[in-house]
Amino acid sequence: MDVMELPRLESPEDRVWPKLLKAETRALSFSYGHRLALKNLSVPVEEYKITALIGPSGCGKSTFLRCFNRMHDLYPETRYQGEILLYPDNRNILARDVDPIEVRMRLAMVFQKPNPFPKSVYENVAYGLKVRGVTDRRILDEKVEQALRSAALWKEVKDRLSGLATSLSGGQQQRVCIARALATDPELLLLDEPTSALDPIATANIEELLLDLKQRVTILIVTHNMQQAARVSDWTAFMYLGELVEFGLTKQLFTNPSKKQTEDYITGRFG
Amino acid sequence: MLRRRKFTEVLFKAVGLCSLALAIGTLALLFGALIVEGASRIDWQFLTSFPSRRATQAGILPALVGSSLIMLVTAVVGIPLGVAAAIYLEEYARRTWLTELIEVTVMNLAGVPSIIFGLLALGLFVYMLGLGASILTAGLTLALLILPVVIVTTREAIRAIPVQIREAAFALGATKWQTVSHHVLPYSSAGILTGIILALSRAIGETAPIVTIGALTFIAFLPPAPFTTEPPFMSFEWLMSPFTVMPIQMFAWVSRPGEDFAGNAAAAGLVLVCMTLAMNGLAIYVRYLMRKRVSW
Amino acid sequence: MNKSLAAVPEVIRISEPVIVEATARRRAQHRREQVIESGLFLAALMSVAATAAILAVLLWESLGFFKAVSLTDFLTDTLWTPLFDDARYGILPLLAGTVVTSLIGLLVAIPVGTVSAIYLSEFASSRLRELIKPALELLGAVPTVVYGYFALLVVTPTLQKLWPDLPGFNMLSPGIVIGIMILPLVISLSEDAMRAVPMVLREGSYATGATRLQTAWRVVVPAATSGLVAAYVLGVSRAVGETMVVAIAAGQNPNLTWNPMEPAATITAYIVQVALGDLPHGSIGYQSIFAAGLVLAVTTFAFNMFGHAMRKRFREVY
Repeated sequence: MDVMELPRLESPEDRVWPKLLKAETRALSFSYGHRLALKNLSVPVEEYKITALIGPSGCGKSTFLRCFNRMHDLYPETRYQGEILLYPDNRNILARDVDPIEVRMRLAMVFQKPNPFPKSVYENVAYGLKVRGVTDRRILDEKVEQALRSAALWKEVKDRLSGLATSLSGGQQQRVCIARALATDPELLLLDEPTSALDPIATANIEELLLDLKQRVTILIVTHNMQQAARVSDWTAFMYLGELVEFGLTKQLFTNPSKKQTEDYITGRFG
Repeated sequence: MLRRRKFTEVLFKAVGLCSLALAIGTLALLFGALIVEGASRIDWQFLTSFPSRRATQAGILPALVGSSLIMLVTAVVGIPLGVAAAIYLEEYARRTWLTELIEVTVMNLAGVPSIIFGLLALGLFVYMLGLGASILTAGLTLALLILPVVIVTTREAIRAIPVQIREAAFALGATKWQTVSHHVLPYSSAGILTGIILALSRAIGETAPIVTIGALTFIAFLPPAPFTTEPPFMSFEWLMSPFTVMPIQMFAWVSRPGEDFAGNAAAAGLVLVCMTLAMNGLAIYVRYLMRKRVSW
Repeated sequence: MNKSLAAVPEVIRISEPVIVEATARRRAQHRREQVIESGLFLAALMSVAATAAILAVLLWESLGFFKAVSLTDFLTDTLWTPLFDDARYGILPLLAGTVVTSLIGLLVAIPVGTVSAIYLSEFASSRLRELIKPALELLGAVPTVVYGYFALLVVTPTLQKLWPDLPGFNMLSPGIVIGIMILPLVISLSEDAMRAVPMVLREGSYATGATRLQTAWRVVVPAATSGLVAAYVLGVSRAVGETMVVAIAAGQNPNLTWNPMEPAATITAYIVQVALGDLPHGSIGYQSIFAAGLVLAVTTFAFNMFGHAMRKRFREVY
């Protein structure tokens, strides 16, 4: 990726701000029915870095995440306002004339509760490729192995690729879902509390995995576990009641937050 | 005081059990009556003969053939229509007045007496479309009759699939139809199959609509065979043929005075009940298998 | 750190990422999907079409009928003899037959069904329930013509032992059998209604020292009232629409009477009788079955709508 192509952002308050962006939201608002869930969010997502979204339950972090791959389009009475720009296209992917399926082809999502299909491990990981029309068995085999290696699962399942994915442990299932997401070479990986349903060892495995993955994929992760955000992310956005309270380098936000609300949340005074 | 309350309670439990016993006992009584009166009549000759004025020589061959052929038409027409409608209602429909209307009519059709379907068939299929009192007419009528059953059971099977599976497919870039055909249908197939078997087992026992169309109660021939000895090896003449079905044959024999025909009726009834129970049993078995296979 | 990660080869990119627009392939796929959706929509419309067709056929033929017969005659005349030379077209005899047989059915199904449902819902162990539910399902799956046989050749002779004057065709026997036939429906709907009553209500009653029976009778049943009413109404609708049992066991001679010991014909039995005979298409006899069918359709429609409205209200409360 040519460094010259990506925009450099001037930070509004002269604080530290990411330089090379993969995506960015500008005044993003979202409502379903009559309820305004997201208000005026402007958040940058730096390429090949991990950006974390933290905040108390119900603050809208998952809702925000799901705007990126237009998951809300699947449900009635939902409205986006504002923009989400994807680079290097510099296109607003929320625009009416943009096909949500095209967007989903370039982004990938891993959900909170592992949701592998009740099919074999191989079929799970290969499904994204099947949807893109890839039928060549050799390419599929190669991509499946590659994805499972990237998800640190290859050694464990390489002898039972045709076994049911739902018979694996929770941590393994989530890694199948990660492999499934990676198989299609996404430009942006969206993770919605990926370890909240897993035990500590599985969680640690996946966090290790993410640190390695970010060399190749931009990652946006929602987590309700602050320590996790502190452990893995480069940038952190703190949300409250649908609004962006603070955004900054993880190290800075956790040790020297500039807003009192952020400090209160981090020190456990609420949430 | 406490003793009297306990006594009332025991009394009620006894009454409750008796009520249930009455219901179940009737089933046993029914089955028993059929067996006692009819089991002796069932033999190979009975299964392969035509009806006759002489009770001992009569058989249910044309009824068996008629029922089978009509079930074929009913299945070919009713199942795709019902499953497709259910898919539309569960996966595609938006909450508009039209969707509401469709759902209301489905619920309504489920409660329409079967003989009204017969009247519909008589006016529309037999006369207006000129299809006559044929196997095709009967098949179409029964297909409409089982449509609500297929729709409701298919919808339930589809609804059992968690939304997370659908979201996973969509997030990977699948279109609606890809999600339905790669995931929703395969995972709900056992439930759909159960519903289909139950719907067909109901159709096989339907008498009123078939009588209204004009099925024959005394028939001395079989419909033309679907396969011929010369190319193109398939014939569709049988669709337009007059016919009879199992329940009508039983009805015809029950309506005739005389001990012998009563025995025939019981025998036909026994065969019919066995077919129905076998299909219901199959559906229950499929439902049991399904509970073991797929886990979320 | 996993050693396997070190061996990951260079990433092979498959998608062409730069332009976020529909490619030609996507457009063709989109069109295919729209065709599929239209096909599914048409299938869904079939039920609307079928309902409309039923209404159309019934109304069309009845229109022809009512050109020859006045509505007042139809509703008030006491003889139904469309096939005689001096034909009379009063629906009352057929209505009487339908009402009497259905009423007898209800007299059987409501007490037996409700008590059974209370027992199943409040007293029975889950193992017993697992055994009984499939048995009831099978009871409901038996073809109605077999029930007709049962009514004529088992129930009637048995009743004749009690009342030797009972004619071979009567309304009592099919009435009872219809009651048994709609039992599975009534039991299943009633039980659903009772099980939907939240546990907390029962617990409140038990806490005051009430027995299971008292709780069932004083708390659960009243709470489930609209659900129970729905069960009865839907049961009645089934009973009214029942054809074969009455056609076989009640005789096919219209008879305006409220005495269940006499033979009579219901609306449904009359239609069967005509269909079995030879009636020229377009004759008034032919049209009369559509007029009768119209009355039947309107009645069952009214019952069904009421029953479903009750069920919906019940579900909203709980």
